[in-house]
Amino acid sequence: MAITTPTAVRSHPAHPVSVRGVGRTFAPRSRGGHAHRVLTGVDLEIGAGEIVALIGASGCGKSTLLRQVSGLDAPSEGTIVIDDAPVAGVDPRCAVAFQEPRLLPWRTLAQNVALGLPRGTDRSAGDRRVHELLELVGLGQCTQYRPRQISGGMAQRTSLARALARNPGVLVLDEPFGALDALTRLKMQDLLLEVHAAEPATVLLVTHDVDEALYLADRVVLLGRPEGSGPYEPATVRTVLTVPGARPRDRGDAGLAHLRARLLDGLGVPSHHQSAQHA
Amino acid sequence: MTIPGTIGTGPVVDKDGNPLRSLNHVDSRADDPSARESTGTSDPLAPDVRRRGALLDHGWVRGALGTVVPLLVLLVWHVTTTSGLIPPYRLPSPQSVVLAAADLLERGDLLPYIHISTQRVLIGFAIGAVLGLVLGAVVGLSRLGDVLLTTTFSGLRAVPSLAWIPLLIIWLQYGEESKITLIAIGAFFPVYTTVASALRHVDPHLVEAGRAYGLRGAALLGRVQLPAATPAVVSGLRLALAQAWLFLVAAELLGASKGLGFLLTDSQNNGRVDRILLAIVLLAVLGKSTDALIGVAEKRLARRW
Repeated sequence: MAITTPTAVRSHPAHPVSVRGVGRTFAPRSRGGHAHRVLTGVDLEIGAGEIVALIGASGCGKSTLLRQVSGLDAPSEGTIVIDDAPVAGVDPRCAVAFQEPRLLPWRTLAQNVALGLPRGTDRSAGDRRVHELLELVGLGQCTQYRPRQISGGMAQRTSLARALARNPGVLVLDEPFGALDALTRLKMQDLLLEVHAAEPATVLLVTHDVDEALYLADRVVLLGRPEGSGPYEPATVRTVLTVPGARPRDRGDAGLAHLRARLLDGLGVPSHHQSAQHA
Repeated sequence: MTIPGTIGTGPVVDKDGNPLRSLNHVDSRADDPSARESTGTSDPLAPDVRRRGALLDHGWVRGALGTVVPLLVLLVWHVTTTSGLIPPYRLPSPQSVVLAAADLLERGDLLPYIHISTQRVLIGFAIGAVLGLVLGAVVGLSRLGDVLLTTTFSGLRAVPSLAWIPLLIIWLQYGEESKITLIAIGAFFPVYTTVASALRHVDPHLVEAGRAYGLRGAALLGRVQLPAATPAVVSGLRLALAQAWLFLVAAELLGASKGLGFLLTDSQNNGRVDRILLAIVLLAVLGKSTDALIGVAEKRLARRW
């Protein structure tokens, strides 16, 4: 996969993200029902250009936190600051790729990617940027295809290209490879690293996959309920692990085994790892 | 897994591992020589089926086959009427229907009738469809609109169409307005219901993706919601056009001095069965032609979706 040097204007350099005391409570669904507190007191400082993986059990509010960062939802408490300005509503500094590709079926891949271009992009510059990005994700030959003609992996790559078209300072990825088969997922992880090298945005990524988190991220943030709390307690940041070693990392790195064990234990899955039993 | 003597997920086998024929119904076809012949690679049926399918792919073949039944009906009609099996005052022959057409053409009635009926349908359809699109969009997109209007319009929809006629005639007299209004009412509801439900059911994931890329309001409607609803809207329009022709005849049956519906009532009063048949055939041809126009548009869109 060729990495092209970006030629078009990149108005947004990587931005730092600061999550300060963020909580989210959902209103009761019915009269007399209970308000549902999902998140509370989430503090997180993410450096410009850093890759941070959010990991946690199902329903612990990972996606909710991502929606706050991208402005699709507003926190009930606390603020999120990208660069120097707080997030209020959908933010042009931020781009999202979802678990499903969510491509518009009536548009070609190129037209889908063009949806991500910032408002007021000059037409020919926009066209060039779209082709450059589809080239970057290895779909340079498929620009005129429609979403139903391509595979799930190709659709997810198009979705990534659409997010990059926004020239985001922060790239928010909600389980981007979760629906892909194991082999395609590994390829997509490498693609993401290539893309990050070519277009170094800050990346905030939700994943269920501990190995994926350890392969991609500078730091892994474990979200979950505090130890010993009841099942309806809101989740918060449990642990932040710094992953050693420069990328690309060895997928079979034994040095990461203790981190994997700690994360799995944090997720409530027995890791059966030696170090965990000693610890 | 094969378990001797038991019925499990795999073939049932005896203790030597040979399949028990009587207990393996699913596999029994494999041992049947005739079954193997029709499922193997040298399947004698397959090329034949493929050839027939390919033949039906040609537009002109399908067009030609589509005329077979009408031609047969015409033939039976011709034979039964010319042989005297059915008396002409009940069912006139095809020739006399053609003669009736020629006669009306000569008197200068036929073309104005067709013209006025088509004009009423198209104007009424246009008004009804535009109102249906606008109100359907309001109800489909805004929760307030939904709450305010849904009850009213489902109530109005439940009113049988012919019930409007006396009111329309009192309010708007026998002019064009009353007929066009009735046709517009007929065209409105199919468009309104399909547009409202199509917009309400646009994939929320796509709408959220649109929002995530900064689309709001009119831009979101134009780029995501309307395109997503388009196939449903087109089939709603098609239904509405058929309804418009239906309501045309209803409008013209009661109080008109020209048009195909008038031709029907007038001929009934004069006992001209040939002209009644002519009007029916003309309505079929006109309805089919206008429907084909929307069909072409629908096919174009289907290629994109």
